Amino acid sequence: MGSARTHDLRTVLSGDDIARASRRIAHEIVEKAKGASDLVLLGIPTRGVTLAHRIGAVISEIEGIQVPVGSLDITLYRDDLRLRPARALEETSIPEGGIDGKIVVLVDDVLFSGRTIRAALDALNDVGRPAAVRLAVLVDRGHRELPIRPDYVGKNIPTAATEQVRVHLLEIDGSDSVEISTKGEH
Amino acid sequence: MRHLLSAADLDRDRALLILDTAAEMAALSDRSVKKLPTLRGRTVVNLFFEDSTRTRISFELAAKRLSADVINFAAKGSSVSKGESLKDTALTLEAMGADAVVIRHWDSGAPHRLAHANWIGGSVINAGDGTHEHPTQALLDAYTMRRHLRDGKGALEGVRVGIVGDILHSRVARSNVLLLQTLGAEVTLVAPPTLLPIGIETWPCEVSYDIDAVLPKVDAVMMLRVQQERMHAAYFPTAREYSSLYGLNGDRMRLLPDHAIVMHPGPMNRGMEISAEVADSDRAVMVEQVANGVSVRMAVLYLLLGGAKELSE
Repeated sequence: MGSARTHDLRTVLSGDDIARASRRIAHEIVEKAKGASDLVLLGIPTRGVTLAHRIGAVISEIEGIQVPVGSLDITLYRDDLRLRPARALEETSIPEGGIDGKIVVLVDDVLFSGRTIRAALDALNDVGRPAAVRLAVLVDRGHRELPIRPDYVGKNIPTAATEQVRVHLLEIDGSDSVEISTKGEH
Repeated sequence: MRHLLSAADLDRDRALLILDTAAEMAALSDRSVKKLPTLRGRTVVNLFFEDSTRTRISFELAAKRLSADVINFAAKGSSVSKGESLKDTALTLEAMGADAVVIRHWDSGAPHRLAHANWIGGSVINAGDGTHEHPTQALLDAYTMRRHLRDGKGALEGVRVGIVGDILHSRVARSNVLLLQTLGAEVTLVAPPTLLPIGIETWPCEVSYDIDAVLPKVDAVMMLRVQQERMHAAYFPTAREYSSLYGLNGDRMRLLPDHAIVMHPGPMNRGMEISAEVADSDRAVMVEQVANGVSVRMAVLYLLLGGAKELSE
């Protein structure tokens, strides 16, 4: 940690890396689901939604059918609501046709404690009953606090608990990259 | 924000946050499970000193959809009718661990007193006090206008609203004028001079005595109920005269621009301030106002109770 004295920011994934990882994840999703006919992708706001749309576009390209993509805001299901002031909600949009009997793939940018995904599973429970729920993340940074694991991972990046993983995506941040910074530097 | 006492407490950002949150809450009503775990273990008390079925059940449903426990405390048949003071009622509710008190009271300022007298530690939500304010009604009205006139997004810049009827006794009008002004809308109040309060010229709105001149220039018209007890109190000669001068009938409705909506906070007096033809027309959004009321009240309860208590206050 001696080198973290100055502004310590390392890029761990470039734009090309992110594109390749999303493409591979799309192929893996289709392979495991044996096609794309029953798939529904649900991104977790905000960057998970962007990633879900990208993965959905790749699946449509390789399978030739449009995959429903939506978003699932988990704010109202969080387990730490009472620790912070009430926060604004993000959009939830469940694609037409719903999720009953479908294979739902949750998409998020970073998997950390697993609490977001726990909340997402609770939220899904109130929306419908999928045949299966799977999890795709761009970055798995470890430090799980719940028995949750991803099915599709862009990249495993071992981190210290004090570090921050920041995902930048073109649609939101103007460019694609994943960076790690040491906490307290900003 | 810990309490919601007046529409004037809401700046533009807060008002928009409530409307945006309400829009997400509204999506819930399309689901098969219309319930969220957000306020599990919290207790909301509906403290109603005045009869109000629709506001009370709207708050009750909103709290229940967020999984809060709801207690309805009506003044009639309770300790209040035996002479208990507001303070002692409040201390009782505090001892029972109420996290929020939704209060409707016949005295203007009762919610303010409840919130600032240090009797209770929870949030206070004004559900209508005397002739003063009814902020959640103003929020659901703004939400309804935004859905119809601004595609459900942003504020209400440039939206022209006419509010017609008993402005003098109307907490709905007062809260609406304050909130609509914050959101950038232009309000014109229409009433006979006897039903306008003293000091109306200081309100941030226009005033007119002529409904026919106002209707062609508004995007939304809100008709206020004329309460039975006012009809005999010399504010206007007869109910029929009021109805013919200020009531919204089919001919008057056709003066409105094509896109304009007709609103009413309810309960309506058909044939008095609004004719059956208007109340049943496509422009009338009263039923939708009721549905939006639940979403808006869910948003308010979530934003006041959902997070950590603000310790700094």
